[in-house]
Amino acid sequence: MRIGLFIPCFMNELYPEASMATLKVLENLGLHVEYPTNQTCCGQPMANTGCAHEAGELAKRFLKIFKDYDYVVAPSGSCVAMVRENYAQFLEGEDGFEHLKTHTYELVEFLHDVIKPTNMNASFPHKVGIHNSCHGHRELGMASMSERNLPAFSKIEKILGLVDNIEFVTLKRNDECCGFGGTFCVSEDAMSAAMGIDRINDHLSAGAEVMTGIDMSCLMHMQGIIDRDKLPIKTLHIAQILAGES
Amino acid sequence: MGHPELAEKFIANNERMHWHDKALWFVREKRDLAAHGLNEWESLREVAKQIKTHTIDKLDFYLEEFEKNAKEKGLHVHWAKDAKEHNEIVLKLLLNRGSKKLVKSKSMLTEECHLNPYLEENGIEVIDTDLGERIVQLRNEAPSHIVLPAIHLKKEEVGKTFEKFLKTEKDNCDPTYLTRAARVHLREKFLNADASLTGVNFGIAETGGVVVCTNEGNADLGSSLPKLHIASMGIEKIIPRLKDLSIFTRLLARSATGQPITSYTSHFHAPVEGGELHIIIVDNGRSDIIANDDFKQSLHCIRCGACINTCPVYRRSGGHSYGYTIPGPIGSTLGASKDLRTNKTLPFACTLCASCSNVCPSKINIHNQLYKHRQSVVSAGLLGAKKHTILKVATWVMKHPALLDFGGKMARKIVPKLPRSILYSKVNVWGKKRELPKFPKNSFKELYKQREEKK
Ligand code: SF4
Repeated sequence: MRIGLFIPCFMNELYPEASMATLKVLENLGLHVEYPTNQTCCGQPMANTGCAHEAGELAKRFLKIFKDYDYVVAPSGSCVAMVRENYAQFLEGEDGFEHLKTHTYELVEFLHDVIKPTNMNASFPHKVGIHNSCHGHRELGMASMSERNLPAFSKIEKILGLVDNIEFVTLKRNDECCGFGGTFCVSEDAMSAAMGIDRINDHLSAGAEVMTGIDMSCLMHMQGIIDRDKLPIKTLHIAQILAGES
Repeated sequence: MGHPELAEKFIANNERMHWHDKALWFVREKRDLAAHGLNEWESLREVAKQIKTHTIDKLDFYLEEFEKNAKEKGLHVHWAKDAKEHNEIVLKLLLNRGSKKLVKSKSMLTEECHLNPYLEENGIEVIDTDLGERIVQLRNEAPSHIVLPAIHLKKEEVGKTFEKFLKTEKDNCDPTYLTRAARVHLREKFLNADASLTGVNFGIAETGGVVVCTNEGNADLGSSLPKLHIASMGIEKIIPRLKDLSIFTRLLARSATGQPITSYTSHFHAPVEGGELHIIIVDNGRSDIIANDDFKQSLHCIRCGACINTCPVYRRSGGHSYGYTIPGPIGSTLGASKDLRTNKTLPFACTLCASCSNVCPSKINIHNQLYKHRQSVVSAGLLGAKKHTILKVATWVMKHPALLDFGGKMARKIVPKLPRSILYSKVNVWGKKRELPKFPKNSFKELYKQREEKK
């Protein structure tokens, strides 16, 4: 099985630990992973701002780089949602697109749906709040949504539950948006920050020591607020917990 | 001012913003309880969607069937292509009967057509009889929500408004006391009215009648006393058969307020004795929306307000921050369809969290529409040159990995050395309320390459 690793552009530049942890999680499970070094950005920031032309160019580039892998795995729900939900507008009918679309997975989703591990060989003795970032949650279906009347489940909780000594807290609003929203975080910066603070406070009052999630972008936004306001909580990408780091 | 600026103002009052957020979240939670209490909830939504899709696809047929059946029942049917025609028809009908005092029940369509000011200019007294709408009417404000028009006001503010206009006791803001005062005030208006206007929740093609849902019974009282009843209906309100109605009434009340059914679901299939019932069917831009596959689902809306209550942005910015008749997610897509230039910030007043599309009883793809409208904003050249250029440059860099690597490397070297005053200067919008991430020594790619070399 040839797995191509996609690391979101900003994670590559700013979060080498979380990126490396992603690689480690996969390799610890005995998987062979390649990281094509000419990769950059999936085009999501452009697409979410309405710049279809630019997003399309990057989508084509992404397809070229990743189309020959059996699976593409990325530590980001929103980049994967971009490929799966929004690439069709630019790539429908292109050679290899159907395969790419159906074989690109977010890390936890890949573990849950494809690899199905029974043990992670990791321990994390902390109280953890799960941030269900929206694109993973509602586009990829990582967990049941509070809006819908469907059986409850959470792929994230199931995979994280394989980590020893981890304890989950119960939030008041389990799947409310943190307000990152891509370029929204600067075009509506006051709103974005207000939403972020509310989210962090929910985790704080639930007694969480660590907020984790599958999207570094949401966590980066909230960590920025935590650092500014000196709040007694920290964020950690889920891959770092799964890799046994703390 | 666009949404970002108006939202920022609303947020500046932190206490009030949280009060507003909690009030609407409370409604959302009530809706959740009601929706999760029905095993068939998701299939009801699916059926609703199918009925709407089918009806909108054959709208010309059903509208004509509706007209034919309504006329057979002795109702009058009028067609208005836009707001202007609608308002003129209403005025003409009032003048024909010499009516001077109109009582109105809730109708977002007449808000959309700006009917009240038009009639007032022409010497008609218009009284909104829905309690929330009456409150905002007295204050000369627009409704801030389609189901809860005065949700932006605290009871103290309502007390002050009533003190001024209804001469209630000074500083008495007891809700029961104020509601009773409004009731006395509105009773008198009802009794003196010589015409009534209602909105329409559903027009049934098969029967030629219309259905109006309210919780206060004001539509019933208003339309039963005067001899002239005008019902304004958007073309998308049609459903094919009477038996389709229950699908929607079950979804509507639960989605709107968490009630199993609205207190009054009134069927109008004939005028009152010796009176006239006129139905005005209004297009006002709707057929243009039908013609666009990306946005036509927005006409499936039954105006329950659930997408508004669930929207984390609406809850923290209030209805007036949208500057369009209908606020929140559905208003943002309808507003952008109607007038992109004026409403160009609305598709961006959204994080694309998709809660709206999943709460919507008609399963409208609201967030996808907002995503698509952003592309319309860009193609119309309305994004703003600065933003567009930044993204164009970023895209160019992203097509040149070596350049990106170099830029990243320099940034990681330089940024940590910059003094705070430069790093957090005015241009750093991110940094207004947030710290920047700590820049690492190496990128992942550098570490990966080092690792590969060692192998
Ligand atoms: S779009 Fe859907 S959720 Fe929003 S008001 Fe209309 S029917 Fe209700």
